Amino acid sequence: MENRSPYIVDAPSVSVIMFKVLLALIPGIALYVYAFGLGVIINIFLASFTVILTESAILAIRKLPIKVFILDGSGLVAAWLLAISIPSIAPWWIIVLGTLLCISFGKHVYGGLGYNLFNPAMLGYAILLISFPLIMSQWQIPNNLIENNIDWLDQIKIIMNSSLLSKETIDAMSSATPLDYIKTQLTLHQPLNIIQQNKIFGFLGGKGLELISLGYLAGGLYLLKEKIISWHLPVAFLSSLFLISLIFYSIAPDTYASPLFHVMSGGSILCAFFIITDPVSGPTTPKGKIYFGIAIGLLVFIIRIFGGYPEGVAFAVLLMNIFVPLIDSLTQPRIFGHK
Amino acid sequence: MITALLVMIFLAVLLGLILGYSAIKFKVDGDPMVARIDAILPQTQCGQCGYPGCKPYATAIAKGEADINQCPPGGDTGAKALAELMGVEFKPLNQEHGLQKPKSVALIDESTCIGCTLCIQACPVDAILGAAKQMHTIIASECTGCELCLPPCPVDCITMEPVLENSQSWKWKYPVYNIQNTTGA
Amino acid sequence: MQFKNIFKFHGGVHPNGNKSLSTSLPIGRLPIPKKLVLPLRQHVGRVAKLKVKPGDQVLKGQIIAEADGNVSASIHAPTSGKVLKISEEILPHPSGLPDFCITIEPDFKDTWIEKKPISWKKLDRTELIEALSQSGIVGLGGAVFPTHMKLRINQSQPINTLVINAAECEPFITCDDMLMRERADEIIQGALIAQTILGAKECVVGIENNKIEACEALKKAAQKTAIEIKVVPTVYPSGDAKRLIYLLMGIEVPKEKRSMDLGIQVFNVATVAAIYRYLELGEPSISRVVTITGAVKAPQNYEALFGTPLSELIIAAGGSPNKTKKFIMGGPMMGFDLPSIHVPVTKAMNCVIESSPELFPAPKPVMPCIRCARCADACPVNLQPQELYWFSKSSQLEKAKDYNLFDCIECGCCTYVCPSNIPLVQFYRYAKSEIIAQEKSKEAANTARERNEFRLARIEREKKERAERHAQKALGANEKQADDEKKSTIAAAMERVKQNQQENIKT
Repeated sequence: MENRSPYIVDAPSVSVIMFKVLLALIPGIALYVYAFGLGVIINIFLASFTVILTESAILAIRKLPIKVFILDGSGLVAAWLLAISIPSIAPWWIIVLGTLLCISFGKHVYGGLGYNLFNPAMLGYAILLISFPLIMSQWQIPNNLIENNIDWLDQIKIIMNSSLLSKETIDAMSSATPLDYIKTQLTLHQPLNIIQQNKIFGFLGGKGLELISLGYLAGGLYLLKEKIISWHLPVAFLSSLFLISLIFYSIAPDTYASPLFHVMSGGSILCAFFIITDPVSGPTTPKGKIYFGIAIGLLVFIIRIFGGYPEGVAFAVLLMNIFVPLIDSLTQPRIFGHK
Repeated sequence: MITALLVMIFLAVLLGLILGYSAIKFKVDGDPMVARIDAILPQTQCGQCGYPGCKPYATAIAKGEADINQCPPGGDTGAKALAELMGVEFKPLNQEHGLQKPKSVALIDESTCIGCTLCIQACPVDAILGAAKQMHTIIASECTGCELCLPPCPVDCITMEPVLENSQSWKWKYPVYNIQNTTGA
Repeated sequence: MQFKNIFKFHGGVHPNGNKSLSTSLPIGRLPIPKKLVLPLRQHVGRVAKLKVKPGDQVLKGQIIAEADGNVSASIHAPTSGKVLKISEEILPHPSGLPDFCITIEPDFKDTWIEKKPISWKKLDRTELIEALSQSGIVGLGGAVFPTHMKLRINQSQPINTLVINAAECEPFITCDDMLMRERADEIIQGALIAQTILGAKECVVGIENNKIEACEALKKAAQKTAIEIKVVPTVYPSGDAKRLIYLLMGIEVPKEKRSMDLGIQVFNVATVAAIYRYLELGEPSISRVVTITGAVKAPQNYEALFGTPLSELIIAAGGSPNKTKKFIMGGPMMGFDLPSIHVPVTKAMNCVIESSPELFPAPKPVMPCIRCARCADACPVNLQPQELYWFSKSSQLEKAKDYNLFDCIECGCCTYVCPSNIPLVQFYRYAKSEIIAQEKSKEAANTARERNEFRLARIEREKKERAERHAQKALGANEKQADDEKKSTIAAAMERVKQNQQENIKT
């Protein structure tokens, strides 16, 4: 006899949640393709392929049901997030290696789904960034800024084997990200308004990049509407990032970029809606989520401005992941009837 | 140089004072070790450990004379708790002292009992009622199931009855589910 | 719909009510069955004392088992007939274990014992409570706490508000709904009686907004009274007493306190109707309205005598189309599988649902917890179910207690929303009952220790006394010898114990 009440359930399965997250990434990815060509799609394919193979192998070794844990979709989410975070013209083995590390060291070493301490995608990204700083800072120039408009074949060529293309083509295709560019130019004592006249800057953030951010924003709003993520994290993160950059901007607008630039640049929007909202490695209490978001916002700004790297999302998230158990235990909500 | 030295010395003295003060002020008066060990032991008082009762065994553990795995009624769980308390490595129950059995209580066959009082004298918790030449009976709620009353009985009228689960003592079991059972169903 | 002065509690879920299944027909009456099985324990507290023996003739309404002390309830013969036997029978309890029951063979004459209505307006409070302690009435919402105990109030905290729980938030259950539609007058009268006994200033009925007809009936019956009918939103578990109090009054009753301590008392609608019937008509608690619904052919509510075998109820509801014959007692959120279709209707049985794979599909495979905290969002107590799960699963019972496991009301909201299909509530039930069992065995060990220490002290004292006697009287050798003999017998016995143990080890 079983006593398993409640007998009724009404919950989306883990797979549904994860596939909705993938769905929410699609507008951003579509705009990515629009602005930068098909490179990102190739990376996503490579990442998906690697994650399925690697996870299947690990699950087989761990004697866990392969189909179930592949179909839960969490591996794919991590792989896609990594694929859209790395430069779209990085050689093919970067994303393959990154995905492999992300899924094995970021997820299965800790016990697989539900047990990872760190955000797997950000762990993979951080390892890549530390190991291959040069490749990881070579970003593609938006299509419409390149004089000889390159075709998708060139993108495949550069991803598969960069020696297939002439050095000039590669140089013409790549540049630093706006955040990176500001950082290097500021050391040359250029005023910010001059720096931002460079062609890679767009309306608010980087040209093309700001468009992608808007795509992620749309996806994030969809996730909020579907109640896949709670509002606490994105709101706390974005407002803390906005406020801290506003303070610095109002003190010295010549050295510090505008708050809107910070919000629309780099991985801010992706981070707000897709990365810090990973439930496994984040806090669970509402208050904890707010503290977590605020802390990451501050850290991102600090690393961008004072750190050695132009973008700080990955390190900020990983650093705060360490504090999640502490945050959770300190922010237990008041229980009904308790003081 | 001198300033640095003075600062360090000052800090050392200050911290030392704070530590010393808190050691006195916040001293935790824990139970003596024997009482803490005794609290873990199941108080069956059966003597299977080789000591005449739970307290003597607890004393022996505290002195380091006895091992932590000599108590069959406590079983592995008890040994684990003792290992944790004593800060030693867990050892499974030493089966030379007996096996862990389901909790039982003694039952006197009242038609056979001759009223010799021997079992009453053997009972470590005074759970047997009766007087000389009177039939004896066991207070089941107080019986620890130590079985010490069995050997003295000259007519073998005492048996151990396992305590069965009833609707009052019934417990919810650990949920059974299978994560592997995913592809079939 | 706008709710005035309603305080929404945290969490809660909105399962499909499925209530219309069993509300199309009025409350039916069951024929007297061939036998009635009455468990001696149908209430919280001490088991009732047997007042009859096999072979006795009993009349309808006669006490067959009497309340033992205050926290206990009497049991009355539901119809006239003969006591067949007193034996252990399977009960409608999640354990499926048997307990003592009185079996009555009805004579089908249904002869009442002399009914003694009580003119309650003339009696004072203590006399009324005394009278009600014989009524057998317990909380019919499912908690089955003896009702007369809830009417006893302490002097320091007078009762200000009487809350009548008409929320009935669990899906499928409609016994209170139908009772309100058909017997609203009895409920209102009963509520007035309870209010008088408690000396409560006000009386509020809390009813979910999905019971429109019942609400209308109650409003009509309460027209000329000061009783307020307050409509609350349909959100499970609004029928939980503490949640309902919060909804109605915005007062949080802490775990360690009862609502009584805050001047509020809660009664279920069926309970106050039973109070009315006992005092005004002289009819003790011998029957209740039970919902039989789910996969049965004709779901309906029935007024069933206590002790009626469930199988009779199933037949009345047109029988079951399924071969599996699985029945759930209570609602789908908190109910449990019945061990057999022959269990009797008891005071706690508000609803029986026939399960079917269509209604209640087999649980989906369990996935690891992804800490999505949907459970925490759904928890009406604002607990952190994902943490409690973690500790319960790994049997870290102390930690589970620290995270307030015992505040959990086992409503099932967390499991209802879990994307990983984890049977969370089952883990909490396990952890709770394990903690309780451990505390009990700790208590038993403490008693054993005390008794052992007392015995050792006694032996020591006796030894001393004996020594003193020896010294004083300088007794002859005879007694000494006897004493020695005794000692040697004990020593021999101890020797045998040791031998025995060694043999045990060898074998």
